[in-house]
Amino acid sequence: MTRVCVAGAGVIGSLFAAHLARVAEVSALVRRDEHARALRDEGLQVSGRADFAAQLQAATAPEELPEPELVILACKTLDLDAVAGRIAGHWPDAIVMTVQNGIGADDVVARHGDWRILSAVTFMSGTRHSDTHVQYVLDTATWIGPARGTTPDDARAVADLISSSGLKAEAFDDLRPAQWSKLIFNATVNTVAALTGLPHDPHFADVSTPSSLGNLVRDLIDEGKAVAQAAGVPLREDPWEMNVLATQRGSAHYPSMLEDVEAHRRTEIDMITGALVREAGRLGVPVPLHKTMERLIKAKEASWE
Amino acid sequence: MGVTVCVVGCGAVGSLFAANLATLEDVEVWAYDLAQEHVDAINRDGLRLTGAGEVVGRLRATTDAAELPACDFGIVATKAMHTEPAIRATAHAFANGCVATVQNGIGNEEVLAAHVERVIRGTTFPAGKITSPGVVQWDVKGDTTFGPFEEQPAPFAEVERLAEACTRGGMPTKAVEDARGPQWRKVIFNAATNPLGALTGLTHGRVCEQPPLRRLASQLVDEGKAVAAAQRIELDADPEELIDYAARPEVAYGHKASMLQDVEARRQTEVDYLNGGIAEFGRKLGVPTPAHDSIWALVKGVEAAWQQQ
Repeated sequence: MTRVCVAGAGVIGSLFAAHLARVAEVSALVRRDEHARALRDEGLQVSGRADFAAQLQAATAPEELPEPELVILACKTLDLDAVAGRIAGHWPDAIVMTVQNGIGADDVVARHGDWRILSAVTFMSGTRHSDTHVQYVLDTATWIGPARGTTPDDARAVADLISSSGLKAEAFDDLRPAQWSKLIFNATVNTVAALTGLPHDPHFADVSTPSSLGNLVRDLIDEGKAVAQAAGVPLREDPWEMNVLATQRGSAHYPSMLEDVEAHRRTEIDMITGALVREAGRLGVPVPLHKTMERLIKAKEASWE
Repeated sequence: MGVTVCVVGCGAVGSLFAANLATLEDVEVWAYDLAQEHVDAINRDGLRLTGAGEVVGRLRATTDAAELPACDFGIVATKAMHTEPAIRATAHAFANGCVATVQNGIGNEEVLAAHVERVIRGTTFPAGKITSPGVVQWDVKGDTTFGPFEEQPAPFAEVERLAEACTRGGMPTKAVEDARGPQWRKVIFNAATNPLGALTGLTHGRVCEQPPLRRLASQLVDEGKAVAAAQRIELDADPEELIDYAARPEVAYGHKASMLQDVEARRQTEVDYLNGGIAEFGRKLGVPTPAHDSIWALVKGVEAAWQQQ
């Protein structure tokens, strides 16, 4: 693969685009003209865990970009439908890869075209300082698996490409165990962070007293595990262990939902907790605590609408 | 026969009792509070209530517990987390008296009983806020109920004597043998609504307008009722009615629950005595309270987040 298009240049999109530009011809499809112009003129600066500048092409319309072999849809879940709609009718031979939180992103994309599709979840994180500067914070992996019309070999080829660019990636024959691990982790950690204002810090693993936050975190994870079990998906990692490990890293991560709440933006609650609650409903598994979190987050959104 | 009453914690609710009781010829009122400006203003100009009633009470206020005379009654009205230091400082004044609580939440009587002999269980519904030192806006009128605290009771005749004085002073108060019903009705109401406002930023009326959130309030009410029932407590009315009544535009639609006010001002909340109180009783009685447990942990998380910034 030599030509990659990254659609959406937020934190995740910028990290992919900059790194991949070191091993492939990279273009960025963005929404704003000034963003495209800045990327064309200045390139992308990466700081933090890596320190380099990358050159790339950028535009606001797919017809202005070279035809890619791989498209990474790196926009937020809330924008996925719109972004997939913008590439509809273009690049029929490309593989399109989703990296959104939650589950069902591949179904959203499939409605817009006949592309071959890969599913991915990413655990890397960063901070966006400007349109052309992103800080690489957590160097955790992106997990990739086949979805519509793709094979484990396709997943491995993309994982190899991403690994060769300096990011971490791993291919799976079946992504669902990994995807569900992350879904349960996010539905828990993101909502608790957004409601309390706490970054993902040691409070999330504290079970020392009855009112310690770790009890709630564990109970939310247990509800999620029961849904995964009913769905017949063995989890790739225990979300509780993922949680404990993440809180021991020293620098506490700011989950995106906490950032959304602090900026009074709409959150991804419908795609994360909402997805879990919908699956639970379909399978007849009670998830009262996740429903509570969903209600509180939606009410919080209503407080500034 | 005159009575001497000391209000311990002369915030909004304490001031309502202190100012109204001070209008009675036969009641000598003292107020113990740590806010020097408020105490100075009360001693200089009297304690003024405006709004639901216009009252100026003449009383002695002090920040120094050593100045308090021997009192027949104490009325403790601090925030629940300040009960212990407040009663520890003032207990000497009640060596021969009885001490009532009009605080939010459950567990206050137990704290008082560790420092004084005779305790009165109490619940009060009036509300207000301090608008400036010595001046309190009286927002909501309402009833108060007193009863002997079962484990370390005040004599019922004394409970009646305090209730009679409060009623005569303008704070309608009933003395009952079992005061747990009104207390649990109020704590269930507060625990089902205050933290939802505090976690979402919504006023009471807007919490009730969102059907999913209103259902969550009902879930919290149901758990609270189960914990009350396990203690054979008969609620004097359904907390659900109070929730819907308070949501009316003319009652408290636009009211920000005290816990939301605390969260906005980054003050420690009373969640340990509301949801925490219900959860702890539930645990002892073997009644599961998963919704209260979750809400309790979330509000404690909110408090923890301030300490990091």
